[in-house]
Amino acid sequence: MKRGLTTFNIVSLVIGFGFLYLPIILLVIYSFNASRLVTVWGGFSTKWYASLLRNEQLLDAIWVTFRVGLISATIATVLGTFAAVALVRAGRFKGRTLFSGMIFAPLVMPEVILGLSLLLLFVSLGMPRGFWTVTVSHATVTMCYAAVVIQARLAAFDRQLEEAAQDLGCPPIKAFFAVTLPNIAPAVAAAWMLAFTLSLDDLVIASFTSGPGATTLPMRIYSQVRLGVSPEINAVSTLLIGLVATGVIAAYLLQMRRRSEA
Amino acid sequence: MKPRRDRTGLAALAPFLWLGLFFLFPFLLVAKLSLSDTALAIPPYTPRIDWAAGLAGLRTFFAALDFEAYARLPADRLYVVAYLSSLKFAAISTVILLLLGYPLAYAMARCTPSVRQALLMAVILPFWTSFLIRVYALIGILKPEGLLNTALRMVGLGPVNILNTESAIYVGLVYAYLPFMVLPLYAVLERQQHDLLEAAADLGCTPLNAFWRVTFPLSLPGVAAGALLCFIPMVGEFVIPDLLGGSSTLMLGKTIWTEFFANRDWPAASAVAIALLFTLVVPIVLYQRQQAKLMEAGR
Repeated sequence: MKRGLTTFNIVSLVIGFGFLYLPIILLVIYSFNASRLVTVWGGFSTKWYASLLRNEQLLDAIWVTFRVGLISATIATVLGTFAAVALVRAGRFKGRTLFSGMIFAPLVMPEVILGLSLLLLFVSLGMPRGFWTVTVSHATVTMCYAAVVIQARLAAFDRQLEEAAQDLGCPPIKAFFAVTLPNIAPAVAAAWMLAFTLSLDDLVIASFTSGPGATTLPMRIYSQVRLGVSPEINAVSTLLIGLVATGVIAAYLLQMRRRSEA
Repeated sequence: MKPRRDRTGLAALAPFLWLGLFFLFPFLLVAKLSLSDTALAIPPYTPRIDWAAGLAGLRTFFAALDFEAYARLPADRLYVVAYLSSLKFAAISTVILLLLGYPLAYAMARCTPSVRQALLMAVILPFWTSFLIRVYALIGILKPEGLLNTALRMVGLGPVNILNTESAIYVGLVYAYLPFMVLPLYAVLERQQHDLLEAAADLGCTPLNAFWRVTFPLSLPGVAAGALLCFIPMVGEFVIPDLLGGSSTLMLGKTIWTEFFANRDWPAASAVAIALLFTLVVPIVLYQRQQAKLMEAGR
């Protein structure tokens, strides 16, 4: 494509990125506002961060959310890797269409439907709702994202390397772990991170499948937001945004360096 | 060497069983429940299968199922309005997203490779940032005494009332789904060959004409992917209409939520969910086909 930007191109970029980033930047700025009012600037202050540390309910929710994220992302990545191998490597197998349908459908399915259906499952199985039901639900949805991320990398990987290992007498499963897995490791790590962030962010599915004692951070934020905008929510949001941004940018820089080394 | 039997398909076993149990089977339960009646019990519906009674229990169970919850759907104006307005919100927002996202993706694709990488990163970043937090960020801007009106007052313009109106839902949907639209568009535009446009120019085609006759038609798979990726989840969106749209605007996602949590009418919530699912089946299958095709092409 021809290089060199027209005025129209520059205007599109400014409007697009301005629209994407302005609300987030304002949210971050106002988390340091001394005034409780959202629009009045009362001077710089970190008092909302301090009051965050004293908010037991919020800290509790953060702890639950992290545990749900860690466990569900790990399950999702393991299952997602298997699913990706099946999608890319196994040609036609029985139920392939159904299988790929089940992998792609949850990516676009409205969360309300997923949440409702999972809840009905737990009710009919007689499982008490709580920590584990949320974890299993998150693993179910995020494994599809994991499968898609890993599948893309696996499709680009040169299969001959693995075949060479097998020709040299390496059993197929060992060849997969010794040759293929290290090669797709960046995608597996990215898939885990994506699954973890998605679990961290989810409100709808968690609200349906959670029970007493397992209130996640988004559920807590949601119930506070319904009561109105508060600087404390701005502060916790800023911390989350900072955490995610650091992770994503670090992953990006790492990938850049790897590419320049290669 | 003796040919190895390909057992790679076995890798599908664990995820297949997992998704079968936690994704496919629950839909049957939703379908079943939509045929049940509400009851003052825990869980709040009837009939329930009486396994102890054996076949007779199953027979009474099936006899008690009916389409009552569905019959209520068209009869209640609220459901019809929610259904139609969900489709309207999603369709109009998809068009706005295309109008906003296409020029953005196009401009990104024209940047130098290093700038392109950074911009791509900048589009992906909000995608990783909490949806709820991003919607929340809009509340502080759109509310009557919010930042937008403060800014408008400074330049001497009258206050606008956006929060809790339909406009707020459009702003929210477009804002939240913009990365989902830009990424597939960028993916197709970035791959396009410069030679094609040069050839068109050599043959006397003006740049604008070349865009409509070469670039745009070639980018249609990206347009389709972006539109489906946004339209389908937007129809069932809950957070945006709930937090930005106020109590007067109706969308199906919110209806399911209210029926379920506030009214505790589980059969009605299930019936609405099934109706929503039936509406989305065609776009979901189209999306899945397209993804599978892209995957085959990538091999």
